[in-house]
Amino acid sequence: MRVMVRDGLFTDAEEPALLGSQCAACGSVHFPRAEACTYCATEDPDPVELSGSGTLWAWTAVTAPPPGYQGEVPYGVGVVELPEGVRVITRLTESDPGALAAGQPMALRVVTLHRDDDGNDVVTYAFAPAPS
Amino acid sequence: MSGVAITGVGMHPFGRFDGVSTTDMGVAAVRAALREAGVGKGGFQAAFCGTAYGGVATGHKVLSRLGMTGMPIVDVEAGCASGGAALMLAAAAIRAGQYDTVVVFGTEKMPKGIIRSSFFEPWQEQAGLAATPAFFGLRAQRLCLASGVTKDHLARVVVKNRRHGKANPDAMYQKETTVEEVLASRVVCEPLHLFMLCSPNEGAAALVLRRADLPSPSVNVTPIPVTLAAAVLRSHIPGPVLSESTPLAGLSHDEVPAPTTLAATDAYEEAGVGPSDLDVVECQDTDAARELLSCEELGLCEPGGSAALLSSGATALGGRLPVNPSGGLLSKGEPLGASALGQVVELVRQLRGECGPRQVEGARVALSHTVGRGANAGVVILKR
Repeated sequence: MRVMVRDGLFTDAEEPALLGSQCAACGSVHFPRAEACTYCATEDPDPVELSGSGTLWAWTAVTAPPPGYQGEVPYGVGVVELPEGVRVITRLTESDPGALAAGQPMALRVVTLHRDDDGNDVVTYAFAPAPS
Repeated sequence: MSGVAITGVGMHPFGRFDGVSTTDMGVAAVRAALREAGVGKGGFQAAFCGTAYGGVATGHKVLSRLGMTGMPIVDVEAGCASGGAALMLAAAAIRAGQYDTVVVFGTEKMPKGIIRSSFFEPWQEQAGLAATPAFFGLRAQRLCLASGVTKDHLARVVVKNRRHGKANPDAMYQKETTVEEVLASRVVCEPLHLFMLCSPNEGAAALVLRRADLPSPSVNVTPIPVTLAAAVLRSHIPGPVLSESTPLAGLSHDEVPAPTTLAATDAYEEAGVGPSDLDVVECQDTDAARELLSCEELGLCEPGGSAALLSSGATALGGRLPVNPSGGLLSKGEPLGASALGQVVELVRQLRGECGPRQVEGARVALSHTVGRGANAGVVILKR
């Protein structure tokens, strides 16, 4: 079985998508889905699926396992800028910072983190370098 | 509105002290500050204690040991700015006429290793998105991209602060280092090497605040008076994705001011000074890039100008505006609840001229800055 690290963050599909929301009043886009607009406090923003393609804005790699993490190290962490006008904190499939460059195209993937005590593969969203 | 004077300061050194409790360290710092201020039992009407990991009623445990309770004792948690938050509350209460004399202290024993913060949800930990040094690394990389900062600059921040810390008996590390040694330490999260990150540790700091228009109760011990000209705490305005509020997403522009800038702007206005009036600064240097970013966000240089400011030598002892003459968190380590007040203790001693080999000559206006999880940013301005 595959289980999401948390329900409601992304779709686990061939072409996955992050599940965000958009404010009807100010147009701002949020991730994860918000119950009130982060920027203007208007309630009940509209659910939207965010673009699965973006560009790399910042990146690094974690070299020692942080508390509560059961996956492999090193692993990449970065910020990807999406066309909706949002920057998203994300895992990266590339864990060598030297292999990445500012502004390069990135595509959304679903990756396995670890196997839980019930034998399920725990999956999450990540961005991978994409052909330009 | 009354002015606020700082009439006593005390420290328990920052470091690792097995067998010494959070309460023990708080007692040592508070006792020293009370003695310096000439204040005893019944001499203060409230106490505010900053701590993040101290647990229930940390402040009460400290003051109970000293036999001084009955007044309101308030424990304050605001991440890295916990002490700054406690100081803001205490100063506001004195200004409003609620109390004449207040004790403010912070005490902390941090867990070892990467800090586990209850701030994050379990799924973020499992997904690897709760790694605090990764956020420092990402912020450092953006500073490198935006401000022309290099790894060499980052190493030289460490070298500068460790040179300052050599003369601070309250610092965890009192040994100099070199650019080569810093760059040879292992990479934690690019571009940050181990020596570029401060150590979470243990310690305590305490202040006695008093209405400035009242005579001091102490007969002959009160040193040069220091005025608390501003004590400001601000949280974040959403937008910056790498804000200390650690959101999972932000806006694709950089127009929203950082919490540090919000707090500094308010503090400069409250104190009636600007960055050019400052003589000495203690700022958040959780990592080497954070000191440079702090300089930019506090307005000590133009945006993008922090590498040039460092290279000019201005921020080293002997320069135009020494930054972190105590050695900073890079030398002292960071006990969350005590770090902000530790900065204020250093600056009070700087303004009194008590700092010996790390003294900033003729310092009259000083600024302390802490920022961290929340986001919380605290800026304090002192004058003599």
